[in-house]
Parts: sequence; structure tokens; C-alpha cells
Amino acid sequence: MKSKKILNQIPEIGEGQIKLLEKLSNAVSVSGEESEVRAIVIEEIKDFADDVKVDALGNVLVTRKSKVKDPIRVMVAAHMDEVGFMLVDDEGEGLFRFEIIGGIDNRQLVGKPVLVGKEKLPGVIGAKPIHLTTADERKNPIPLDNLRIDVGPGNSKKCKVGDRATFATRFEIWGPSLVGKALDDRLGVATLIELIKHMPENIELLAAFTVQEENGLRGARVAAYSMNPDIAFVLDSTPANDLPVWDDEENSRYNVKLNHGPAIYRLDASTLSDPRLINLLAETGDQYGIPYQFRQPGKGGTDAGAIHKQRGGIPSVSISVPGRYAHTAILIARREDWKNTLALMYATLCNVTKELFLTER
Amino acid sequence: MKSLIKKLVETVGPSGYESKIREVIRGEVEGFADEIQVDAMGNLIIKKGEKKEGGLRVMLSAHIDEIGVMVTHVDKNGFARFTTIGGVRPHTCYGSRVRFMNGSAGVIGGERLENANHVHTIESMYIDLGASNPEDCPVKVGDVAAFDRPFEDLGNRVISKAMDDRVCAAILIETLKLVKNSPHELFFVFSTQEEVGLRGATTAAYAIDPSLGIAVDVTMSGDTPRGIKMDVSLGKGPAIKVKDGGMLADPRLVDAMVQCAKKQKIPYQLEVLLGGTTDAKAMQISRAGMPAGCVSVPTRYVHTPSEMVDINDVNNAVKLLSALISEPIKLV
Repeated sequence: MKSKKILNQIPEIGEGQIKLLEKLSNAVSVSGEESEVRAIVIEEIKDFADDVKVDALGNVLVTRKSKVKDPIRVMVAAHMDEVGFMLVDDEGEGLFRFEIIGGIDNRQLVGKPVLVGKEKLPGVIGAKPIHLTTADERKNPIPLDNLRIDVGPGNSKKCKVGDRATFATRFEIWGPSLVGKALDDRLGVATLIELIKHMPENIELLAAFTVQEENGLRGARVAAYSMNPDIAFVLDSTPANDLPVWDDEENSRYNVKLNHGPAIYRLDASTLSDPRLINLLAETGDQYGIPYQFRQPGKGGTDAGAIHKQRGGIPSVSISVPGRYAHTAILIARREDWKNTLALMYATLCNVTKELFLTER
Repeated sequence: MKSLIKKLVETVGPSGYESKIREVIRGEVEGFADEIQVDAMGNLIIKKGEKKEGGLRVMLSAHIDEIGVMVTHVDKNGFARFTTIGGVRPHTCYGSRVRFMNGSAGVIGGERLENANHVHTIESMYIDLGASNPEDCPVKVGDVAAFDRPFEDLGNRVISKAMDDRVCAAILIETLKLVKNSPHELFFVFSTQEEVGLRGATTAAYAIDPSLGIAVDVTMSGDTPRGIKMDVSLGKGPAIKVKDGGMLADPRLVDAMVQCAKKQKIPYQLEVLLGGTTDAKAMQISRAGMPAGCVSVPTRYVHTPSEMVDINDVNNAVKLLSALISEPIKLV
């Protein structure tokens, strides 16, 4: 029976997949300079692809053809870039003024160790020690202008204005949790790599490892234009705000919760997901007993924001691995949620047909 | 015209969920279309006519989505928290009724305010559907609703929710029925997701690839007590848009519209709108760009559940549009 066959074929998250995620998480690819992750991706998928192209912005566009005639052409996107910093002013002795690339809360920065430039030179985002601050000063977040990346005089000549930097976090496993920086969206990248390796035969897979999502969905816009798919899925990570509220009140603004499975998007600031794709994901989850949740409609955006409005319109939906503390030095996700995201995506790709899109949106 | 408007405005169809209103409109236009198509974004696209000597491929766009709300969480006592779809002002929420796509009705309530003179934030409000727990609640996360006020006929003036932009959908429908022997290849687009960023018109313009774009949408008016300073009033005719928050109308098209109104003795006004924009912005910068403009219906209380228009402005807008597209449009 088709169901059983698909269940048996769902790709696993094993040691190899975890090692790959670790490599991806530890790699440095701040928006606009994604070469390190790009190299890892190309190395992983090149033997499985019918065509690999790197476009003008640095997107990796991978085609895997179908075994059936006239298949539905499905784009699946995951972004390779992470939020980070850029050195903007050399003040001498290894002190650099810096800017933030992508969305990072100022309050997340002070005291964090960072890695700077292609050589990943160590530094720290420094601030005055508590001994030298007043109580009044401590009431407010330190403005970006008062923060510096300090690489010390030893490495100061090796760093220059324009170099990118990221948090110095190393990937770790804490029991059921995956812990590291940039898991938004290395989890999506790792999932997409597995989907390329285990692609179901009924679709033509147009896999897009996109650039510059964090600073405006820029890679996805051009990738969707050139791939011109029938439909699109976007794999990302979304913040879980599911810690208990201090006064025992019901937490009604959790966005998503850890351990409740992949999060399907209905509405965010950039996209109203196509209901036909939402239903396909949900029905597939029900059919195979894969847990899933709906991301609370609200703010935020994914590559789908750029993809769905491209050309004559592309039915799109986003699905994310939940993670606590997104866009900080450490994101915590659950291995089980990642496993279920991969499972739900694989099973859904097996189920997708052109007929589904004969009914109007 | 009034009964058509009533039928359209009383249908529930927030951005992204336009299937019901699309069906109502399809029923109205079916007999008058050469080709009917629904695209990936749910736009209803009606093709009429062939391009003749002196003609252009023209796209006319009126959006069929309305602003609304979407459920984000049903709490343990059955109250539904929500987020907004499109430009919903918190001032219009507390005490309003909403109607969901599945027919359920609710009232928007709010948490206790420290200062009773303040306006609730969206986060501090919720929808009360009369349930006591999530199982009783007739709606779930993701369900969408529109504000719920019936159509009211005051004679020259009519009031309803969703005049923006269903009244202009009515104008397009009537224009489609009236226009004969146009030299243009006409695409009547009943567009989706305008209120969340002109998304339907963006993709429709790309696919149709017209050489002229005309939106039909509501605009505000400056004729209420101590209101905004705007030279547009209800009852003084359809407004020919010169500029809004997102677009500078092609002056040649503005001129063509003005000349047409004068020739046909249709009252008109010139409109500059400081905030807001329309599908015309999306059409203007689609692909390699095109001249674009907009015929507007002056409206009071825009984006509240009780928008008011003048029925004569509406009828004159139909006259202006059908006259404009029945002749060659000289852009000189």
C-alpha cells in the first residue's frame, strides 16, 4: 500500500545528518557572503543533482529531474545566510565599530564572543564592566554606537572594514536538543540536502539554497524568477516563545512550541500561504501520523514573501522547525522536531500532484 | 446598482480568502466575458475584446479582498485572540462584530485598560464567540473574519463595510456590461490581496503584460467637520487620481480622463491622496513599466465598518470608465 511504502522511505536523521548540521551551523555565512555554506552544500549534493548552477547573487540552484513524464515542478527553498555583523570603522588597536546585518536585538550583543572575517579570528563585543557603570546607565540597552568588536592588537591588522563577523558559538547536542548559532536556517539547508538525496519520483525538484534572506528575501526573489516553478515550499526556522509566563497565566503568544512538530504558516507579514498547500501538508501529517502545528499568524517573513509574488504568481507555503532564542548567539531546537519536519516534507512531496491545483485558490 | 453593491459588500472575503466573493462576481460577469481565468493568486481575470487600430492592451483592476482578522489562539476559556489582515485600525475594533468565513459571529472585547480613555492594542483584544472552552469554540487558529455591518441605503448615500473596494468591483462589473465596440483588448481584473500589499495585482500585471493600467478604488474625502484638507467631496463626481502615497499617475492619462469627462459632461474631481495607494502602483512598475492611473470613488470613514459613498459618484464612475475605454486613449 502506498502509505506504508512512503512511511518506510522517509529519510532518517542519523549520525551523518547531525554531523552535517554541525558543520553547517559552525560555518560562517553572513548575508551577502555565503561562500562557506555554499561550498558545503555543493559538495553534498553534486552527485545527486541533474544540474547545479550558482547564479549572479550566489544562490545555489539545483535541479533533480523526475522519472515521470510532465511532472509537477516543485521549488523548495532554504536560506544559507545568517544574521551577523560587519566591521565599519577601524579605531586602531583592534577595536572596530560595527553594524548589524539582518535583525538582531541590540540587547543580545554585549559580552558575546565573535569570530571575524574569513579566517574566523576571535574577538568579543565589549562593553564597560559593571564596576564602571551607574545604576541609571544600566536601565537602558547599550546603543550600538557604544559597542565595539575587540580583536586585540595581535590580529588588528588581519581584520578590516567590510569584514563580516558572527557569534562564536560552537554546535552542541544537549540531550534531545540541537544547540548552535545560525540554526535559522541551517536546519532548513540540512533538510533540503536530505530531500535532494531522497527525492520522490513523482516531482521535478527545483531546490534553491538562497542568499540574503535575512536582509530582505533578495536571493529568493531572483531564484523564483529563474526557476519559474509550479509551486513552492520554503523551509525555515521560526521563534518559539513557549516559556511559561511568570504569573501562571496562559501563554497565548507563544508563536510556536518546541516538541509539537514542524510549524505550518498560514499568515505572516509577507505572505498569505496558499490554502491548498496548507491543507496538503496538514492532511499528509494526519495520514502518516506526523505531528505538526500551525504557526500563530502574525509578524515575520520567509523567502515565500518574495517567491509567491514572482512572475504570474506561485502558490507557496512555509514550514519551519521551531527554535528558542532565534537571532541570538544560540538557538535551541529539538531533534524530534527536525526529524518530523523532514518526514512531513518528504511525505508531502510524495503526495503532491498537478490535480490539486486545478481547484481555484 | 444598489442591489449589486449590497450583494458584494455583504460577502465575507478578507485578503487571501476571496473564493466566496469571486464566485459572486463570476456569476455577475459570466455572460459578458470572452475569456474567464482564475490565476495562482486567485485573481478573477476577464478578457473582453480584441485589439484594433488605435487600441491598447488595457488592464483595469478593482480589488475584491477586504480588511479583516485572523484567529491566532483560542484560550482555555474559549476566547479567540487575533491578528489583523490589512490596515485594520484598533479604534474600529472594540465592540465591533465580526463574521467568519464559516458563518460564525463574534464580538471583539478587550482587557481592562489602566486608562479608560485609551484605545486597546490589538494584542489586548480578543473575539468572544460565546464559547466556554476551545472545544465549544466554532473557530480555530487560522480562521478569518470580516467586520460585520449590513448595507444601509440613505438615498443618495449608501453605507456598508467593504465599500473598499467592492463598490469599485460593482463599477467594473457594470462597465464590463456596458462597453461595446472598444478598440482595446480589455482585461478586467478582480484582484486579490490588495490590502496586504497589492499582491494580486502584482502578479496579474506580470501575466497580462498590458500597455496601460487603470485601477478603480476608493479614496478619502475632505468634506467632513474639521476633516483632512483634501479637495475631494462626496457627490461632486468620480475622482481622477493625480497622485497618492505610492504612485504619480501618468499626466497624459489624467488628461485623457479629464478630456473624456468634459466631453461626456460627467462631473469629476482631481484627487491628491496623501496616504495610501492602489493596484495602479503595482501595474505602473510591472515588468518594463506602463502608464497608469486610477478612477476613484470618494469615500468617508475608509477602513471602518461603515464606509459611505455617494451613489451618483458611483454611477458617474461607470459612465466615465466605459466612455474612456470605448474610444482610443491618446497619450500625448
